[in-house]
Amino acid sequence: MNKILEKIKVAYRRYDTNRVHFKRSVNRSAGGDVGIYIMLALVATVMVLPMIYAICQSLKPLDEIFVFPPKFFVINPSFENFRELFRTMSESWVPFSRYVFNTILISVVGTMGNVLLSSYAAYAIAKIKFPGRETLFGIVRMSLMFNATVTGISNFLIMSALGWVDTYMAVIVPAFCTSFGLYLMKQFMETSVNDSVLESARLEGASENKIFWKIAMPMVKPAWATLILFAFKDLWNSGANLYIYSEQLKTLNYAISQLVTAGIERSGVSAASTVIMMIVPILVFIVSQNNVIQTMSSAGMKD
Amino acid sequence: MAKEKAVIRTDMSRFRWTLLEMKKNKVAYLMIAPFFILFTLFTIVPVVLSFLLSFTNFNLLEWPDFVLLDNYIRLFLDDDVFITAIKNTLMFATVTGPGSYLLSMLLAWFINELRPRIRSIVTLLFYAPSISGNVYLIWTIFFSGDEYGLVNAWGMKLGLLSEPVLWFQDEKYIFVLCCCVALWTSLGTSFLTFIAGFQTVDTSLYEAGAVDGVKNRWQELYYITLPTMRPQMMLGAILAITGAFGFGGVITALVGFPSPNYVAHTIMHHLDDFGGMRFEMGYASAIATLLFLMMIGCNMLVTKILRKIGT
Repeated sequence: MNKILEKIKVAYRRYDTNRVHFKRSVNRSAGGDVGIYIMLALVATVMVLPMIYAICQSLKPLDEIFVFPPKFFVINPSFENFRELFRTMSESWVPFSRYVFNTILISVVGTMGNVLLSSYAAYAIAKIKFPGRETLFGIVRMSLMFNATVTGISNFLIMSALGWVDTYMAVIVPAFCTSFGLYLMKQFMETSVNDSVLESARLEGASENKIFWKIAMPMVKPAWATLILFAFKDLWNSGANLYIYSEQLKTLNYAISQLVTAGIERSGVSAASTVIMMIVPILVFIVSQNNVIQTMSSAGMKD
Repeated sequence: MAKEKAVIRTDMSRFRWTLLEMKKNKVAYLMIAPFFILFTLFTIVPVVLSFLLSFTNFNLLEWPDFVLLDNYIRLFLDDDVFITAIKNTLMFATVTGPGSYLLSMLLAWFINELRPRIRSIVTLLFYAPSISGNVYLIWTIFFSGDEYGLVNAWGMKLGLLSEPVLWFQDEKYIFVLCCCVALWTSLGTSFLTFIAGFQTVDTSLYEAGAVDGVKNRWQELYYITLPTMRPQMMLGAILAITGAFGFGGVITALVGFPSPNYVAHTIMHHLDDFGGMRFEMGYASAIATLLFLMMIGCNMLVTKILRKIGT
């Protein structure tokens, strides 16, 4: 018994020293701290409950879905819904693997193009003093103020003029040039790529392209990670598209949303599909979180 | 490049100087070309195009003919649904825009008090709904219209409801529920920006502030933290406003299109209706142009106000 007490004491002391070490400010009242923790706990519960409900719902076997009154949590978790989901999908007219392939193709190629093109343009704007760069960046910054809803209709005309309606190009190529991607990359390059290093490389006769790849790009790894997250989650979650008609070109998200019907008997299967779709972006965020926060700290808008 | 003769700007006319600079930095134009060609094609041209088309009558089949302001006159004087759409959009935007902004800010501030390990877990929990695709559809199961929906079942059991309510079809609840779902998914990029902003504040400022008589965390927030993170606040505001106006897909997924008695009919729905279904492109372009002006105008106004507050 004493031994346990001793252990607890040691653990508490360690916790206490850490806490004091972490405490960065003097202006903190204990009451305020507790208040904040309670608030955070409440909000966190509200935020997380629907997610947990989605996971529980996806693990409920059919008889539990029909229990009355309905239960929040699952009692006997089973993967029945996931099996059912894969069975329905494999019976669909377009093979399931095709939707998966489309989504991966769009997400991967779109994200890569986005990072590459934004980085090139951001490097030139941030680090080469050419006439017009301020104007160009001003336009990009301005375009953060509206979104694709506004341009959707006229983009349809442009897509048809290019002959891209109902091709992968209509989805992938516009994803290459997001203004937010360029904006983030440029802000990050400006603060974290050192000018004097670039200058000395220029003096030694290195081409701008070489400097970009050998010096600038390795320095902005956090910004790539961030751009990858933002571009990827948008493309991965892209569903029905105005410019795509063929079933063979549709995405996983679209195919799955067709399964989601209002009926309660399908709610298990649709929750299973939701869970599958949400795992991937969440994993990408977990991997990139620290880089993202680092990038966003330079992303502020100066006047 | 190093051997090039130094040129002083005043030696020549501004035009010649610019030309020379452009020549010297040819490579820069090559580097920005891929991005800006696509950007022009898919962002700038569409804005200009929809502005021009908004003065025409265009149905995709025949060559557009100019009708001047007819589309706009029709929108405001002869289209009651559009007036409803404007009203709804503004209502959604005034609730979800400032709502998501303040929520992101407040939560980011609270999270900043936590220790790094816990902080990253809580950040993940708050951020997850906004990146998880259509996970918000779980709300339709939660608020399902039959007695198997959790809310209906509990409400009936506790005697609050006498019969199941069709939550997402009932005009009384649609607006509130859609706002809740929107706020739930709104802790997105601006939330991350604020978290990062709070972390960039130099901690020695807090100590200096304490010496200078800052007494509690609210004063610290007001006098030290917020002024130093004004750039993050500006970006967050722009993202929140643009998000608040562009928020229509969620409504369609939750309520369906058209919504009962147009209670959740936003400008975006009106645009989809005329552009995507009826192919009245001229008319749809007028709607798009108005939405564009509303977004830009609101953003300009808010950033102007924010700029004033900081100084």
